[in-house]
Amino acid sequence: MIPKSERRKQILVALVENRPGVLNRVASLFRRRNFNVDSLTVGRTHRSHLSRMTIVVDGDKSDGRRIAANLFKLINVVDVSLVSEEPHVSRDLALIKVRAADAEARNTLTQICDEYPARIVDIGPEVAIVEIVGQEDLVEAFIKDLAVLEIVEMVRTGVVAMGRGVRILDSQYEPVVPATMRNGNGNSGFEKYSV
Amino acid sequence: MMLTGAEILLECLLREGVDLIFGYPGGAILPTYDALTKYPQIHHVLVRHEQGACHMADGYARATGKVGVAMATSGPGATNLVTGIATAMMDSSPLVAITGQVTRGAIGSDAFQETDVTGVTLPITKHNYLVMDVHELPYIVREAFYIARTGRPGPVLIDIPKDVQQEKIEFVYPEEEIRLPGYRPPQKARPDEIEEALRLIAEAERPIILAGHGINISGAAAELRELAERAQIPVALTLLGKGAMPEGHPLTIGMMGMHGEAASNLAIQDADLLIALGMRFDDRVTGNLKTYAKKAKKIHVDIDASEINKNVRVDVGIVGDLRTVLTQLVPQVKRAQHAEWIGKIRNWLEDSDERDIINREGQDVLLGAQVINDLWKFTEGDAITVTDVGQHQMLEAQYYPHQRPHSMITSGGLGTMGFGFPAAIGAQMGMPKDEVWAIVGDGGFQMTLCELATAKQENVPVKIAIINNNYLGMVRQWQEFFYEERYYATPMFNPDFCKLAEAYGIPAMRVTSRDQMEESVKFARSHSGPVLIEYMVEKEEIVYPMVAAGRDLDDMIRRPKAGEES
Repeated sequence: MIPKSERRKQILVALVENRPGVLNRVASLFRRRNFNVDSLTVGRTHRSHLSRMTIVVDGDKSDGRRIAANLFKLINVVDVSLVSEEPHVSRDLALIKVRAADAEARNTLTQICDEYPARIVDIGPEVAIVEIVGQEDLVEAFIKDLAVLEIVEMVRTGVVAMGRGVRILDSQYEPVVPATMRNGNGNSGFEKYSV
Repeated sequence: MMLTGAEILLECLLREGVDLIFGYPGGAILPTYDALTKYPQIHHVLVRHEQGACHMADGYARATGKVGVAMATSGPGATNLVTGIATAMMDSSPLVAITGQVTRGAIGSDAFQETDVTGVTLPITKHNYLVMDVHELPYIVREAFYIARTGRPGPVLIDIPKDVQQEKIEFVYPEEEIRLPGYRPPQKARPDEIEEALRLIAEAERPIILAGHGINISGAAAELRELAERAQIPVALTLLGKGAMPEGHPLTIGMMGMHGEAASNLAIQDADLLIALGMRFDDRVTGNLKTYAKKAKKIHVDIDASEINKNVRVDVGIVGDLRTVLTQLVPQVKRAQHAEWIGKIRNWLEDSDERDIINREGQDVLLGAQVINDLWKFTEGDAITVTDVGQHQMLEAQYYPHQRPHSMITSGGLGTMGFGFPAAIGAQMGMPKDEVWAIVGDGGFQMTLCELATAKQENVPVKIAIINNNYLGMVRQWQEFFYEERYYATPMFNPDFCKLAEAYGIPAMRVTSRDQMEESVKFARSHSGPVLIEYMVEKEEIVYPMVAAGRDLDDMIRRPKAGEES
């Protein structure tokens, strides 16, 4: 059973040109159109000139479609998909630092971790860091359970998602290389832009 | 050929067909101004404030359909363009703004006249560029013009650091096709969408077409007319849709919305089908969305997918170029008559006529409505009119019927006071054979009247009609209706506009009564350069009808019929 709040979340995936300022354009769009961003992650893809964003927003399906249409208007956005409308896989990663200074606390921590796809990645005399990867609601449940111990620090990546099946979000896009540079007489920062 | 960045920019502008730039020089753009001396094919118009440059380029673009070009230096020069860029953005006007920037090494150091212009203009441009490599410049200029004029047109800004303008490289013009993988303007409708639209049109008994700016932009006026006549569907126009369907055509009802023709608003609320073409259901045309066109199914055609279902939920949303979509749709539309429906609308129109101030005898004061209606009459309804924002703008929309697209230019979306006069200069320079009238209020005109010098320097034969009521009239009207007549900050001290014009060497005339109207047009036509005419009108005129902000579209404040005034 998906919690009610989850149904109000829309997950969008945007394939964007890897250029300076593109993240700013996307962020500016969300602020300007008054869309409420829950999380936004961005990272490189297997194609060096393309980055991929996963954006989770509060809203219903029609909000999701509106946001997708607005995202697509951005020139540097190559493709957009509202993956929450289709079968998809999503993951969130959290690193959580908890106080575990005595044997009892450490036992509790180990027990909780055993019930989840979580593991202890660092342990010291005062605190331990645990890592969990899973769907967002699973991560939420884990954090709730961990609350019996004292959480002192936490970081989350935000959701990344991918549609299932053969619909592949990609393009045949190759960046334009200025003619003068193809001839080998350019040396300035053009490469910079496809880092 | 080894060229500097500035020369490359101008070479590329030439290839885009640019022969006119509206701009203002300054330190960071000086290399480009210096290069302009080598390109006499490009005429530079020196404005008096950069905002004027943007509005002129905008007016030029709207009148000609070509991309207008504005140029300014970094920092304050660029920030002064902002209002003009936002105006063009809201009204989908194709514009390329070119700004100088401090040298690359100085960016981010708060250098003299440095502003993050691409940051500032990000939300008000269709796209913008900061050129960090001169090799990219020709690609960027091509892309900028392509993006500005295609799809839903809009402003594109190119920010060029001074040292990029100065750097010399071998110039190779990119002849290959532009590749913008993330930019694919939609064209055709899907066959199932057309079928669904046809079904709704065939079933409708009380259909109405809402024709917007998109008709004019995509050049679909003939297709619109064919659609309307074929199925006998009445047409209401948005403010920017004026000219899309000839006014005076039996199927044209008139403008819709806050100050629209009452019959249009009543028809929209009573219709069983809205066919919205290239319009965006702005709050000024819908009024209260909760009660808007409740009885109607809705077909919406727009080139911008994000407009579909934005304000109004529609039954059929078609994303595509209007002319292409109408070409697909119209031949399949079944011929029909809607005699009863059209009769009903005619009755509403007759009721409006009875209320119309124009049809009343014995006015002892000059009214803005009469001035504009007389201007229509004495210019044979064939001028390009460019308005500012306010009462005179709405009166123009009501009392100057237009016959062709691109003959009425106004700031609709942003409602930019100060737009009218400079935009008229741009329109006149783009269409030198047409008669261009700037119809402005005394308030808005004073925001950009420094361009009188530009008009004179370029000897642009633009005709300036100031509808002077010594008030910010529209704000005063709101104060009268909604703020218990507290006329705060709306009465205006004005200069003697005629003497002011004379100071610029511009002939001027003051009109105080209606019998001078014909003479004033003759006077305006008797000069080869700019002319200013000041029409002294009734101070407290009201624009009727009016749908108060947020009220239902058919909840209009109407002018009482003759003899029914309280």
